[in-house]
Amino acid sequence: MLAVLLLAVEVSGAWAGPALVAAAADLRFALTELAQRFQDDTGQTVKLSFGSSGTFTHQIAQGAPFELFLSADEGYVFRLADAGLTADRGTLYAIGRLVVFAPHGSPLAVDGALVGLRAALAEGKIKRFAIANPEHAPYGRAARDALVHAGLWDAVSRHLVIGENASQAMQFAAAGASQGGIVPLSLSKAGEVAKLGRFALLPAERHGEEPLRQRMVLLRHAGDTARAFYAFLQAAPARAVLTRYGFLLPGDPAP
Amino acid sequence: MDWTAILLSAQLALATLLALLPLAIAVARWLAVTAFAGKAWIEGLLALPLVLPPTVLGYYLLVAMGGQSAFGQWFEALAGQTLAFSFPGLVVASVIFNLPFAVQPIQRAFEGIAPDVREAAQCCGLTFWQALRMIELPLAWPGILSAAVMTFAHTLGEFGVVLMVGGNIPGETQTVAIAIYDRTQAFDHAAAGAMSLLLLVISLVTIAVSYGLADRLLKRRRLP
Repeated sequence: MLAVLLLAVEVSGAWAGPALVAAAADLRFALTELAQRFQDDTGQTVKLSFGSSGTFTHQIAQGAPFELFLSADEGYVFRLADAGLTADRGTLYAIGRLVVFAPHGSPLAVDGALVGLRAALAEGKIKRFAIANPEHAPYGRAARDALVHAGLWDAVSRHLVIGENASQAMQFAAAGASQGGIVPLSLSKAGEVAKLGRFALLPAERHGEEPLRQRMVLLRHAGDTARAFYAFLQAAPARAVLTRYGFLLPGDPAP
Repeated sequence: MDWTAILLSAQLALATLLALLPLAIAVARWLAVTAFAGKAWIEGLLALPLVLPPTVLGYYLLVAMGGQSAFGQWFEALAGQTLAFSFPGLVVASVIFNLPFAVQPIQRAFEGIAPDVREAAQCCGLTFWQALRMIELPLAWPGILSAAVMTFAHTLGEFGVVLMVGGNIPGETQTVAIAIYDRTQAFDHAAAGAMSLLLLVISLVTIAVSYGLADRLLKRRRLP
């Protein structure tokens, strides 16, 4: 049994290969594009895993072999840094933004003040409404804050479908099984998703107190490829891609 | 179609078979020929993965293999990497959740061998190993093949345990079942659909083959 295991360690030989990157699910489309561009430019490859920032934080603390972690919330990065698992305290790479999204055929009218959601809830037209899990997905926490801030949390809570992470919430919101959801702008803007419905940006002051300060950090054992990708993500071409997906960038003037 | 994930699943299924089949044959042979107080508990323990929610098994395995457990630290010192969130960790998990799928068909097959066949082999002067190799294993082969086929297919399809123990790392722990989940979240229905169809076909073939083998065992038992 042990022999088979050690053989499997030999065969899998993961560490000489591409850099392992754990990324918040709101980055699914933007980071996939950036990883492709990085590969074209440098010939080096990264392997992307997408999930909720809270889940990755737990997995990294348990010894998961990721080399770079792009969180949707800096709190998780600081928690890992405090535990001594990271190279440093990382870099703020983006500010995330939320939209209210309605798939085609939904009776929900989308607007930044959530007036349409309030009306649709009052008329009983909302059966299912998607957000990410507020317990461990930062976009879920921000969606809950926005709904609480608008005074709609109690009315909407019994209609919620909870995605395990932001991209599952996006899938629930856009696939037509729900009347809509509060999801990342960066996912809604992607070509595959934008054609499935309509969406309206929630202004930052509607998120509640905590903005989605997205921070990335190299883990302690990060290799050269991971370090190169970390630098690549902070350079101008990568920033332009992040802007195109709707992120606000640190150091840029507010729009 | 995500070939990396399909290849990884095939590797996982083969590694699981390699580790599990000898173990399962030994345990099944022992359970088939011995009777003792408390045997039901042993059999129950082996069958537990059939009824236990995969997340429960996943939780315990994660705790046992993680960097904070003694076993996890021992393995890390030995192999230079943690067992959780790695391919070898998936093999361990896979061997455990496949135990009933491997042991039960083989045990039934050994139980189907009449005691006088074993006695005849002894009377002919065959040693235990000779009798096993020349008489019992050839008679039990439909059960062993059935166990192998079920284990292989079940490994391709297991989701909950693999997600909890392995995470979702492409080329390392992202099996085809996890890749379907991941592709669905990426709105890539072409890939999710193609891989789902592949698993559907494999599962159907598996069931057909194992029913056919069970039939063969049954017919043999009815012969005088």
